[in-house]
Amino acid sequence: MRRLSIFNVVSLTIGFVFLYLPIILLVIYSFNAGRSVAVWGGWSTKWYSSVFENQQLLAASWVTLKVGVLSASVATVLGTLSALALARFGRFKGRTLFSAMVYAPLVMPEVITGLSLLLLFVSLNIDRGFWTIVLSHITFTMCFVAVVVQSRLSSFDRSIEEAALDLGCTPFMTFFRITLPIILPAVISGWMLAFTLSLDDFVIASFTTGPGATTLPMKIYSDVRLGIKPEINAICSLMIAVVTVTVMIASVMTKRQEVERERAERLAVAGR
Amino acid sequence: MSAKTLGPVRRKFAPWNDRSAVPLIRIQNVSKVFGSFTAVDDVSLDIYEREFFALLGPSGCGKTTLMRMIAGFEVPTSGSITIAGQDLTDVPPHRRPVNMMFQSYALFPHMSVEKNIAFGLEMDKLPRGEIAARVEEMLHLVKLEAFAKRKPHQLSGGQRQRVALARSIAKRPKVLLLDEPLGALDKKLREETQFELLELQMTLGMTFVIVTHDQDEAMTMADRIAVMNHGQFVQISPPAELYEQPVSKYVADFIGDINLLEGRVTKNEPGTIILDSEMTGSRIEAVGESSAGMGDKVWFAVRPEKVAISLEPPRDPTINATEGTVWDIGYVGDVSVYHVRLNSGGTMRVSIANTQRVVERPISWEDKVFLTWTPDSGIVLTR
Ligand SMILES: Nc1ncnc2c1ncn2[C@@H]1O[C@H](COP(=O)(O)OP(=O)(O)OP(=O)(O)O)[C@@H](O)[C@H]1O
Ligand SMILES: [Mg+2]
Repeated sequence: MRRLSIFNVVSLTIGFVFLYLPIILLVIYSFNAGRSVAVWGGWSTKWYSSVFENQQLLAASWVTLKVGVLSASVATVLGTLSALALARFGRFKGRTLFSAMVYAPLVMPEVITGLSLLLLFVSLNIDRGFWTIVLSHITFTMCFVAVVVQSRLSSFDRSIEEAALDLGCTPFMTFFRITLPIILPAVISGWMLAFTLSLDDFVIASFTTGPGATTLPMKIYSDVRLGIKPEINAICSLMIAVVTVTVMIASVMTKRQEVERERAERLAVAGR
Repeated sequence: MSAKTLGPVRRKFAPWNDRSAVPLIRIQNVSKVFGSFTAVDDVSLDIYEREFFALLGPSGCGKTTLMRMIAGFEVPTSGSITIAGQDLTDVPPHRRPVNMMFQSYALFPHMSVEKNIAFGLEMDKLPRGEIAARVEEMLHLVKLEAFAKRKPHQLSGGQRQRVALARSIAKRPKVLLLDEPLGALDKKLREETQFELLELQMTLGMTFVIVTHDQDEAMTMADRIAVMNHGQFVQISPPAELYEQPVSKYVADFIGDINLLEGRVTKNEPGTIILDSEMTGSRIEAVGESSAGMGDKVWFAVRPEKVAISLEPPRDPTINATEGTVWDIGYVGDVSVYHVRLNSGGTMRVSIANTQRVVERPISWEDKVFLTWTPDSGIVLTR
C-alpha cells in the first residue's frame, strides 16, 4: 500500500471536517446544560429526558416510525418483485421502458416527486394525511430496493432454480424455498435503506401530508423556525443514532456474508 | 445384488434391434436454434426402458442442450419429445418423470448436504421416516456419510459432484439424465461409482442418459453410445460396434486410437476390397463391403493393437505391410505404444501388450521395423 502523502492527509481531514463537524457540534450541544444554543454551560443529559416528556415530539416520532416501517415493508415487496421481473423475464415487451420507469425516481428531484404526488392526491380527491405519506414513501423508496436486489440477482445462478423445478418443486414454491432465502440479505438491506430514507424525508412528506400527520423532520423544522431549542439537538442526535445503526447493520450484514462465502470457498478449495 | 453377473442380462439386451419394442423416450426431428446458431440440428433418437445410453462428443456439440430439452428447460425450436407415449411439449419441468444432474451441480447453497438430497423427496411428500432412510442410503452410495451436515461451500469439487449425483438419484425417477456425473472424481472413486450406478440401474430398472468425456466410461457402462458432432448424431451403436465398425474417420478417430491408411480403390468385389496406398508403399487388402467406386480415395482404418511389429521383413512385403523406423516408444501402463515413421513420411502407431513374451531382442528407438496386419483387422472408410 502506498503511504499517505501530506497533501492526501490534509485534503482528507478537510473533507471529513466539512462533513462531520456540524453533526459533531450538534451532538455535543445536545448535552449542553445551558438554555442557549450558542453558549456552553457544562454537561447534562436533561434535554434527553425533556424529549421523552414532550408529547408532541413523541407523537411525531411515533408517526415517523410507523410511516417508515409500513412504507419500507411494502416498498421491499414491490421493489423485489420488480427487480425479479427485470432480471428474469429477459426481453419482454417494454422492458426498457419499465426499467427506466422503475429507476427514474432515483434521480428525480424530490420537489418534483412531492409536487406531482400532491397533484395526484388532489385530483383524485384523496384526504391527505398519514396514508398519503406512506403511499408516497413507498413510491420513492421502492426503486432503491429494486436496485439493491437486482444487483444481487445479477450474480444469481439460475440453474439452482432449475434444479428445484427438476426435483418437482412448483415455480411458486421455488421462489420461497430457494430464491428468497438466497437473496434475503439483499432484501433486508433494501428494507433498511428504504426505512432510513423514509425516516429522513422532509420534502415529500411536507407536500403530501395533511392535518394530524406530522413526521419528526417536519416537526423539527417547524420548531426550529421559532428558535432552536436544545431539545431539538437531542432528538436530532437520537435520529442520527437510529439511522447510523440501521445503515451499519445493513452494510455489516452484506459484508459478513461476502467474507463468510469467501472464507468457506477457500476452505473448500484447500480440500477440507 | 440379485443377479450373479451382469453378463447374461446385458448380452441379451438389444431392444433397438427389435421392431416391436416401444421406446421409452422418443426424440423426433428435434432442433434447437439460439439466435442464428443451431446447437442441436434435426436429431432423432429412440431410447428404451432400462437402457444405459451415453452421449459422447466434443465440447459445445450440443449434449447439454439436448439433455435440457428432455428435462424441459429448453423448448425445442422444432420437433417433438415423448416419454412413455406422452408428448412433453407442454409439460413443465416440475411435472416431467425425469431428473437431471446438472453439469454445474446446481446445489442449493443454503441447505446442508442431507437437505439437498432430501429436497426432491419432500416435494413428493414422502413420509419423514422414508425420507431419512432414503437420504441415508444415498449418502452411503456416494460415500458422504461424514459430510451430511455440511453446506455445499464447505465441500471439495468432487464431493459436491457426488451430492449432485445423490440428489438426482434420490427420487428414483424413470429417466435419469446425468451431465458429466463423474468428471471430478479420481479414478478409483469413479470406477466404484460407475459400478454402483450400474447396480442401481439393474435393481431399480431406471433408464440412464449420461454425458461423458471419458470414452472408457462410455464403453464400459453404456448399452449404446451416440457420437455427436455439430449438433448431430454421427453414429449410434453399441460400444463394440462403435469401436470395430465406425462409420466414418471422425468416429474412428474419436473413439480410441486408430491408424488411417489412405489409398485408392483398385478392386472392389463383394467380400474383398483392394487399395493402392502410397502411404504404406504397398497394396492393402481388406475384407468386407464398401460403396466406394474404382479409383476413389478411401481409408483403411486399423487399431494400433491389431498391427504386428517385427525386426524381420515379412514374407510378402507388397501386401498389408509397410516399413519404417521407430521414432518413439510410450509406455502406457500395460501396453507399449510404438510410433513408427514410415518411409513414405507418414506415421503409424502400434501397441503391444507388455505381458507378451519377447523372443527377439526388444525393439528400440531408431530400429528399422516392419509392420504387418491381416485383411480382417480393419475396415475401409469412405468418409
Ligand atoms: N442459452 C444459450 N444461448 C446461446 N447459445 C447457447 C446457449 N446454450 C448453449 N449454447 C450454445 O450451444 C452449443 C452447445 O452447447 P452445449 O452446452 O449443449 O454443449 P455441450 O456439448 O454440453 O458442451 P460441453 O461438453 O462443453 O458441456 C454451444 O456452442 C453453446 O455456446
Ligand atoms: Mg455440457
